[in-house]
Amino acid sequence: MIRLTHVTKTYARSGTALSDVTLRVGKGEFVFLTGPSGAGKSTILKLSYLEEMPTSGEVKVSGVSSATASRNDVAKLRRKLGIVFQDFRLLENRTAEQNVSFALEVIGTPKANIPNKVARALTQVGLASKANALPRELSGGEQQRVAIARALVNDPFLLIADEPTGNLDERATRGIFQLLREINAAGTAVVMATHNLELVRSSDFRTVELDHGKIVFDSAAEGAAS
Amino acid sequence: MSAWRDVGRDLRRAPVLNMLTVTTIAFSLFAFGLFGLVAVNIRAALLKVEERVEIRAFATEGTDVAPIAAAARQVQGYPEVMSATVVTEQQALARARQELGEFSDVFEEGFLPASIDVRLKEGHRDPASVKAVATRMHGFDFVDDVRFGEEWITQLYRLRNIAFVAGVALGLSFAGVAVIIIGATIRMAIMARAREISIMRLVGATDGYIKRPFLLEGMLKGLLGGMLAIAMTYFAMKSIEHYLHFETVFFERRFVILGVLAGALLGVVGSSLSVGRHLRQAI
Ligand SMILES: Nc1ncnc2c1ncn2[C@@H]1O[C@H](COP(=O)(O)OP(=O)(O)OP(=O)(O)O)[C@@H](O)[C@H]1O
Ligand SMILES: [Mg+2]
Repeated sequence: MIRLTHVTKTYARSGTALSDVTLRVGKGEFVFLTGPSGAGKSTILKLSYLEEMPTSGEVKVSGVSSATASRNDVAKLRRKLGIVFQDFRLLENRTAEQNVSFALEVIGTPKANIPNKVARALTQVGLASKANALPRELSGGEQQRVAIARALVNDPFLLIADEPTGNLDERATRGIFQLLREINAAGTAVVMATHNLELVRSSDFRTVELDHGKIVFDSAAEGAAS
Repeated sequence: MSAWRDVGRDLRRAPVLNMLTVTTIAFSLFAFGLFGLVAVNIRAALLKVEERVEIRAFATEGTDVAPIAAAARQVQGYPEVMSATVVTEQQALARARQELGEFSDVFEEGFLPASIDVRLKEGHRDPASVKAVATRMHGFDFVDDVRFGEEWITQLYRLRNIAFVAGVALGLSFAGVAVIIIGATIRMAIMARAREISIMRLVGATDGYIKRPFLLEGMLKGLLGGMLAIAMTYFAMKSIEHYLHFETVFFERRFVILGVLAGALLGVVGSSLSVGRHLRQAI
């Protein structure tokens, strides 16, 4: 579903971020990406939603290849992905509900279908009662739930999360992680970059560890000690 | 749909700046319009003058009317020629007397040569055609001299060509300025919405969808600027007419519409370049 084949990524200004990375993520999988700062976690995620293109090698996501995808192909692909970040990326002047419906409006979802989908997504993340709150009226954990609701509202097959708990306290972190597990249990693949090793150890999900742009450990690889 | 709402919000966000943009577009097109007006009026004057462009081939004294008439029929057959009229010696004298009125005595015993007066068809009144016909008429044995106001025809055409070239050059540079200004203001609108745009791209909005409100905004400003420019040009013309007692012609209706559409086009091009560049910065 995600396939990185011999991917090298070089940024013009800072040099090589990934070198010769080959990685496969299957349907419905839950994968942790770990490793020190600057290891290349975010770069792998950006390549996965084709925000960045590989310098060499190929990235293929759900049949869309970095080698051939047009900008329109990328847009269409992202409608089937959910993406969340450490900093939530909500629109400050819109309510929780409006932030979620925004994702549907801008891809041309028929107006009549929007309220139902939005209500379902907000319920799924446990925020139905705060639908009319503005981001600044919500806690960090709640804001991240709004962002996740926005990511889920289109029924994605893959959720990409770049340190989604990076700005949250322990309690909120547990809550968000629990939510991601539920989402995964319902069939959506999740790839999550994190520094939180406690979280990684608390579950037996696949873990891929990066260092200096290379995969140094993959719990799914043959011979990996568990 | 929501594109219009976005435009409304953008316009409200910076009303002074937006008014400035519209005014600048208007002034760019106004300069263009004034120039166009000069060109239109030169053209109108030229048309009037051109109608009078005439070639006159004078016959040697004492030539019979018959060969002159035969030559005139032949000339009438040239593709450029609208009419070729024979003026006999007597007719020439009569015409001169009539035109000169009280001085007609001067011609009591005088002599005026017979001639063939030629008018050319519209579209064949340029210096080259006139000269070509004149040269051919020189070919007739009896023709003594051919006159066709060579000097001033060439002058008029040169004037028109200068007006045309200057108009195009000036128009293009103003259009360039207008595009840059629109691009800059759209860029500010884009910056104000950069976060929104990045989220749109994240959730899979197409470039076309993201561009639409900006193109609309550019088009709207361009339309307004174009209409303002037309109004300004019109009032400029009216005051010239009023204060200089100079009879002028305004643009035909289709050119007025074309001018407003040109404003809209400038707006769309300017904003399209601007938003396109922004979107290309990230893949
Ligand atoms: N847009 C960019 N332009 C230039 N260099 C970049 C860019 N993004 C990342 N890099 C560089 O690529 C390398 C990998 O960065 P990346 O963001 O993938 O690391 P990371 O593992 O996500 O780190 P962190 O845990 O701090 O988020 C770093 O050296 C970084 O400086
Ligand atoms: Mg990162």
